[in-house]
Amino acid sequence: MSTLSLSSAFVLLLRRDLVLAYRRRAELMNPLLFFVLVTSLFPLGIGNDPKLIQAVGSGVIWVAALLAALLSLDSMFRSDFDDGSLEQFMLSAHPVSILVLAKVLAHWLVTGLPLLLVAPLLGVLLALPGDAIGVLMLTLILGTPVLSLIGAVGVALTVGLRRGGVILSLLVLPLYVPVLIFGADAMETAAAGIPATAQLSFLGALLALSLALAPMATAASLRVSLS
Amino acid sequence: MIVRFFHRMASPMHFYRIAGLFVPWLGVLSAALLLAGLYGGLVLAPTDYQQGESYRIIFIHVPAAWMSLFIYVVMAAGGLISLVWRIKLAEVIAISSAPIGASFTFLALVTGSLWGKPMWGTWWVWDARLTSELILLFLYLGVIALYGAIEDKRVAARAVAILALVGVVNIPIIHYSVEWWNTLHQPATITKFDKPSIHLSMLVPLLLMALAFKLYYATVVLMRARCEVLERERNSRWVQSLVEPAAR
Repeated sequence: MSTLSLSSAFVLLLRRDLVLAYRRRAELMNPLLFFVLVTSLFPLGIGNDPKLIQAVGSGVIWVAALLAALLSLDSMFRSDFDDGSLEQFMLSAHPVSILVLAKVLAHWLVTGLPLLLVAPLLGVLLALPGDAIGVLMLTLILGTPVLSLIGAVGVALTVGLRRGGVILSLLVLPLYVPVLIFGADAMETAAAGIPATAQLSFLGALLALSLALAPMATAASLRVSLS
Repeated sequence: MIVRFFHRMASPMHFYRIAGLFVPWLGVLSAALLLAGLYGGLVLAPTDYQQGESYRIIFIHVPAAWMSLFIYVVMAAGGLISLVWRIKLAEVIAISSAPIGASFTFLALVTGSLWGKPMWGTWWVWDARLTSELILLFLYLGVIALYGAIEDKRVAARAVAILALVGVVNIPIIHYSVEWWNTLHQPATITKFDKPSIHLSMLVPLLLMALAFKLYYATVVLMRARCEVLERERNSRWVQSLVEPAAR
């Protein structure tokens, strides 16, 4: 058996997951549709007063992004768990946390990144000012990887359960609170015409922290779930 | 020598016996302190010049809030010990702590809300501490739900240990982000009970109550852990010899 370097294992796994996602591209649209749908439900619920919509807009977009991320989480390890390839990753010579990182990156590229594409549209729908839309993109770039990384821990803990979905949301949503706070607050600050660098820095710090710690926790959780 | 001591102590049979000896004493001590603290807090302590009598709920509220955080840390520490050294007893303690911690968190929320009604005029304010306490309750409920959902309790305990560790890393982050959010959204118009300037006649009952709550937790966690140990070791000989004579 030929030995594989860690970096090429990372790239191979990333490419494999991207190809798998591409083969099922119909599924890719679902979290995106959900994101748009939930966001457009809010004006229907609270009325069409533009001032009111503008006031709650940043919070609504971020809550919808949180829920969309939550909805897409289950697919992260599900098929690999079902067909046994997850066990093969565990047996490989490479550190599981790095392989997990490749899977999380692939997952973010197919579920987190597309949110960025529709976000400006939603910003317009919710009457956000131009500056806030730019900041919205920045917060999503910094925030959605955190959602995927933290979510990976929750998915890894619940992947063996038959009805893990509800528990997954119970585990993961409280941990999403800081991202929600800083993400929505950055947009509100920007909408008020004040630079939102502080909130963006906090989001960056959250990203750095979760990038360092979450893969290890995920790897440990996967070992528990597969035992 | 120390290692041997720990291994002896951590053996389920030994733990069951020793904990059984401790439980009544801890319980009595906790009840005595509870009575003393309640008497000092509800009768002896003077009325607050700003808040009147309604401040007295802090003698329950503050210790409960302290316990809610303390128990989570205990749970995470137990989780760490069980993951690193594979001491089963640490798992048992961590698992047995979760419902107690959730109860204390709930108690802190309810008493905070009861105190908020006369002070703030509403049952619920999105105050930073109340909000992070609420999220703490969700974290506890997540732990309990995860433990309940995994059928193999050994696996469940390890999953819970990881979750508790993730939670304990996140609690300070959540707390400070909630505080940040609160200062931006809500002007600080609320006059809070000022902790450092608390009078001795209020501080003593408060500390007595805190100690009573700690001992109560110790009592109940040992009781719960004894049950859990029995259930886990139900196939071992010592449990059967413990149960059989009573059954016959």
